[in-house]
Amino acid sequence: MGDTSQQLQSSLEHAYGSKTPLSICGGNSKAFYGPDIDADVLDVKSHSGIISYEPTELVITARAGTPLQEIEATLKSERQMLGFEPPGYGQQATLGGTIACNFSGPRRPYRGAARDYVLGCTIINGKAEKMHFGGEVMKNVAGYDVSRLMCGAMGTLGLMLDVSLKVIPLAEVEITLVQECKLNTALQKMHHWMLQSMPLTASCYDGEKLYLRLASNQPEINEAIRVIGGDLLDNSEQFWQQLKEHELDFFNSSKPLWRLSLASNVEPLSVEGDSFYEWGGALRWLNSDAPADEIRRLLNRHNGHATLFRNNKAGIEPFHELPTGLLKIHRELKQAFDPANILNPGKLYADI
Amino acid sequence: MSPDSQVNNSTSPQVDRALLISHLQPVLPDEALLYEIEDLRPYECDGLSAYRELPLVVALPDTIEQVQAIMQICYELDVPVVARGAGTGLSGGALPHSQGVLLGLAKFRNILEIDPQRRTARVQPGVRNLAISEAADEYGLYYAPDPSSQIACTIGGNIAENSGGVHCLKYGLTVHNVAELKIVTVEGELLQLGCSGLDSPGYDLLALMTGSEGMLGIIVEATLTLLPKPDTAKAILAAFDDVVKAGEAVGNIISAGIIPAGLEMMDKLSIRAAEDFVHAGYPTDAEAILLCELDGGEHEVAEHIVNVQQILNTSGATEVRVARDDEERMTFWKGRKAAFPAVGRISPDYYCMDGTIPRKHLPEVLQTIADLSAEYQLPVANVFHAGDGNLHPLILYDANKPGELERTEEFGGKILELCVKVGGTITGEHGVGMEKIQQMCVQFDSLELSQFHAVKHAFDKKSLLNPGKAVPTLHRCAEFGAMHVHHGKLPHPELERF
Repeated sequence: MGDTSQQLQSSLEHAYGSKTPLSICGGNSKAFYGPDIDADVLDVKSHSGIISYEPTELVITARAGTPLQEIEATLKSERQMLGFEPPGYGQQATLGGTIACNFSGPRRPYRGAARDYVLGCTIINGKAEKMHFGGEVMKNVAGYDVSRLMCGAMGTLGLMLDVSLKVIPLAEVEITLVQECKLNTALQKMHHWMLQSMPLTASCYDGEKLYLRLASNQPEINEAIRVIGGDLLDNSEQFWQQLKEHELDFFNSSKPLWRLSLASNVEPLSVEGDSFYEWGGALRWLNSDAPADEIRRLLNRHNGHATLFRNNKAGIEPFHELPTGLLKIHRELKQAFDPANILNPGKLYADI
Repeated sequence: MSPDSQVNNSTSPQVDRALLISHLQPVLPDEALLYEIEDLRPYECDGLSAYRELPLVVALPDTIEQVQAIMQICYELDVPVVARGAGTGLSGGALPHSQGVLLGLAKFRNILEIDPQRRTARVQPGVRNLAISEAADEYGLYYAPDPSSQIACTIGGNIAENSGGVHCLKYGLTVHNVAELKIVTVEGELLQLGCSGLDSPGYDLLALMTGSEGMLGIIVEATLTLLPKPDTAKAILAAFDDVVKAGEAVGNIISAGIIPAGLEMMDKLSIRAAEDFVHAGYPTDAEAILLCELDGGEHEVAEHIVNVQQILNTSGATEVRVARDDEERMTFWKGRKAAFPAVGRISPDYYCMDGTIPRKHLPEVLQTIADLSAEYQLPVANVFHAGDGNLHPLILYDANKPGELERTEEFGGKILELCVKVGGTITGEHGVGMEKIQQMCVQFDSLELSQFHAVKHAFDKKSLLNPGKAVPTLHRCAEFGAMHVHHGKLPHPELERF
């Protein structure tokens, strides 16, 4: 494990010269996500290792192939963590894949998304040019924000070599309060507590119970328990881990799993299937056989979007369709970074 | 660069002014289209007043349809467009183009909606930063980014510059607090970026647009994330007899797992200037002071205040004061917030720099700034967003003394290059604009600059949006490199010299 950037750059030079499409692969933990593409696999897993970590600067820089678990363990040893609490969907998950998917966990509505923590990155674009954007400092407005543009780009704009992330301190205490209630009450409560200055770090509703996670020091937590009420969840850490990794029973369904992203205060959608509410209501998982068009029309009406996350049996476009004007900009940007269309072509949308 | 060498304007083709006016007149009311010299004068510069230029016309639309029509006309006639909010920017980003339209968006001043459940504010681009928090106040919410000009600066400008403020370490920059945008493209098309959820499909165009300095599109509406106001806020003032110790104290606070809402440092010259001006009770014999604000729940803040006091003492503070109440807390802040005008009282002019560095390099950076200050014989007052490494050295000079502005700019350029050398950046929150365009050549190589140009091209093929700003041409860097040879190594050796 180490710096294989030169080999990766030569691979890209060759692919650029011969116009050979590449499928960028780290730990292969997220192969289920996004469209399948037909391309030569470029293994980036061995470009791995933490390059620098400065706990007092709240910054870690690691190569894209570094296992997420290695990063998390290193941070934990200094009582710090990734503020976006990313899911890995497998032991082999790497930093690069996580950023390329912009995957963020239960902390998202309270502490921000993966893209919010990215400070800088080194990439190789589709012309095999190695470049560095952003840096290792919190405030940096020189040039366009190419680092954040890589978040969620599914590797279609550049091969990420390394990423610098802001990190946050671990809280002294983190607990979860559970209470049984109806869906509408749960949504109301999530909104109510989010409007207060409460140390919330996660919220979800599984159809029966509302779960609220709080992190602070002990006296603050005691006060929050007194105000919010409910029972303390015994296995708090395990519960949220299982939720973010999709290991709860809800995620065992063989039906298509939809990820619905919309305003938190949109009333429950009338669509066939079972729902699981996260992110204060702004993220809803749906196990449903309802037609994709119907689901997407509903989300359009609420200015949200629907991703077919898993169990895509009918070859449906996984990502929500873009309006023509936006699609045009996507194509132009793809062209700007990858004119020969060799980097994960089609991994986001057809020909992107 | 020196203010009289604005190559961006001189290289542009001439625009037929009369033709342009005749096209714009049907789409704008008379009072929204200015073209007489005396009417153009108020728009000749932004907050960086050393750079001035008159536009051909000033357009002051108040509907999105008008903005679209203006853009369509300018696109058809190949006329450059420079967007402007309140004109408080400090990097010359809103400097007009001599052959272009200055598009003033200050009439878009409506707060369209506050959704307390979703915790968002939907606003027009000309709404002032502070007005958003004022409108959100009744719901117990506020808009976190607070650039020092927040009383006057507009949200459109904040987004274009990705503005910061004193609370960035804990609450982020503008980019962390923008949920949706409506933009008008160079062709006049209206696009929506972002969704009502917490993410959107496709590329993160919100991030790309934020901080793009008017180069990619015109912002005509923004939906911003609001935060609940913290239960309590407490402030501590600590004095040090050595700036290095003050810098170490900052690292020690953060190592202890405490993220202050604000963590500011001032050096001796700024302390004295501020104290003389607003009498905040600062210890004027100190070499440096730290101002630390903690906010959140009462119990957490109570514990952190005790911890921070201990850390400051063990870090060698000569004095540690906790504000007794909100009134004293505001007094502590008053000095810091008045630091720039206070420095303005002790010098005819000052030049505000905006580099960011990894904090661990603070001692060497401050030492080098002191050395350069002696070399250029120009005093420097340092004001520092210490928590996030954003330095604002203020170079004191007198524009009426021949050559002093040029010396100041050269000195400033060296400070920025130093920030890059230690792994930082030439601008933390003020933007590149015209001011720091040369230093972009130091921070980025030709491949990276070419990639920026390719991004620009994806949005603006004719290069009509704020041309000549933010990203230098490779030729410009080659010329600059010829003047500034570092370590005997020419930057951009692949380019011909002329």
